[in-house]
Amino acid sequence: MDFKLSIFLEVFPYLLEGAWVTLYLTVVSSAIGIALGLVIGMARVSRFIAVRGAAMVYIEVIRGTPLLMHLIFLYYGLPFVGINLSAETAGIAGLAGNSAAYIAEIFRAGILSVGRGQAEAALALGLTRLQAMRLVILPQAFRLVLPPLTNEFAIMLKDSSLVSTLAIAELLRKGREIVAWKVNVFSPFAGVALLYLAMTLPLTHLARALERRINPERRIPAMLL
Amino acid sequence: MTKRFLGTALIAALVFLVASPADAGPGVERVKKAGVLRVGSDVTYPPFEVMEAGKPVGFDVDLAREIAKALGVKLEFINTAWDGIFAALKVGKFDMLLSGITITEERMKSFDLAFSEPYFESGQGIAVRAGEKGIRSAKDLKGKVVGVQINTTGQHAAEKVPGVKEIKKYEQLPEAYTDLKAGRIAAVVADYPVIVANAKEDKGFKPLRGVILAEELLGIPVRKEEADLLEVVNRVIRDLKASSKYAQMKKKWFGE
Repeated sequence: MDFKLSIFLEVFPYLLEGAWVTLYLTVVSSAIGIALGLVIGMARVSRFIAVRGAAMVYIEVIRGTPLLMHLIFLYYGLPFVGINLSAETAGIAGLAGNSAAYIAEIFRAGILSVGRGQAEAALALGLTRLQAMRLVILPQAFRLVLPPLTNEFAIMLKDSSLVSTLAIAELLRKGREIVAWKVNVFSPFAGVALLYLAMTLPLTHLARALERRINPERRIPAMLL
Repeated sequence: MTKRFLGTALIAALVFLVASPADAGPGVERVKKAGVLRVGSDVTYPPFEVMEAGKPVGFDVDLAREIAKALGVKLEFINTAWDGIFAALKVGKFDMLLSGITITEERMKSFDLAFSEPYFESGQGIAVRAGEKGIRSAKDLKGKVVGVQINTTGQHAAEKVPGVKEIKKYEQLPEAYTDLKAGRIAAVVADYPVIVANAKEDKGFKPLRGVILAEELLGIPVRKEEADLLEVVNRVIRDLKASSKYAQMKKKWFGE
């Protein structure tokens, strides 16, 4: 190992800048990905075959191809049809579009795991289909999908390192630049790994707290203690 | 028949699109209108370009500044990945590239680019472990594993050395040096001045002094259709070389 503490300490502030970019990319892409994933997930269980089919094609194509290819297509491919995205926009579009496919399946599983009787009862009470989904099914489904969504968030945090191929100055790219500057591999990359961990832990912790808050069944034993 | 026609039409459409990037037109006028010269570079290649304390510096950065000055515009030195750097220029992400790039026929042809006149004479050198005694020239690489940075002229030069056992391709040179020091490879082939600069930061390896595998000329790629922009670039290079400034820049970054 050629780890040098002096290099590690000197470059850490620059890595921190990269960590902020990573966090920003992750939060923005996740927010878009969850919104898009919810729509696609609901489309996936739609009554209309065309809507269902379109959602399925999207999910299969995205899931069946690597994220790196999406990013390269968005950044280098689209200019050939007159759409010249900046690296940041292409990066966020790629990350969000990719996670939306996985999140859609998570939401579909959540929706389908809510008992059929719930939907029937809601409709029998005179709720419209959209109301039944919004007021009865989704609140129950959301509770179920929170753990896999947290997973998805942690994956996104690390997957965002792939946008370093578009030279967005996120954490991994910053690390690479410093490797070139200091001609030393381990000292900057140790900082990179440490910062990823430092970002993942509080995020997953936060999600666990949220899980406890919105899950009444898990709140009851806590009250008894 | 219809199918065949569709296929032909599709290819024709693609070729048309490829041949006319979104913002074609006279280069100088376009750059002046934008008020900024966009130079693409993989800023991980000291002493040509490196992010030092968060800012791009190096020989290429200084040269880019001279070109922007000649055009009367601001300089935007854009950090990009080496992978896809030529494609990015082709599709209009930048106005030109300055990234320690060797002039090759292949690069001009496959990306339909034009290169400026050479602005730097370089060559491929060999780096070995600090205590290495057995390797003194390219001949001694026979039967050895050699490391290179992927898709560089260093890789091409290593491929031409007869009898090399295996060529390992790395994303970045420091990764190759790390493997060199760990004993997984016997030597690294890369731009000689870059090895010299890198060896100043790390005493674990050294350049083979005076051993040059291939002489090379570095140039500035510009989109072929922007010949007027290329003319400005060539003029800056010529003027610079004629003045004392060029020697100063060389001394500043290469110490020679």
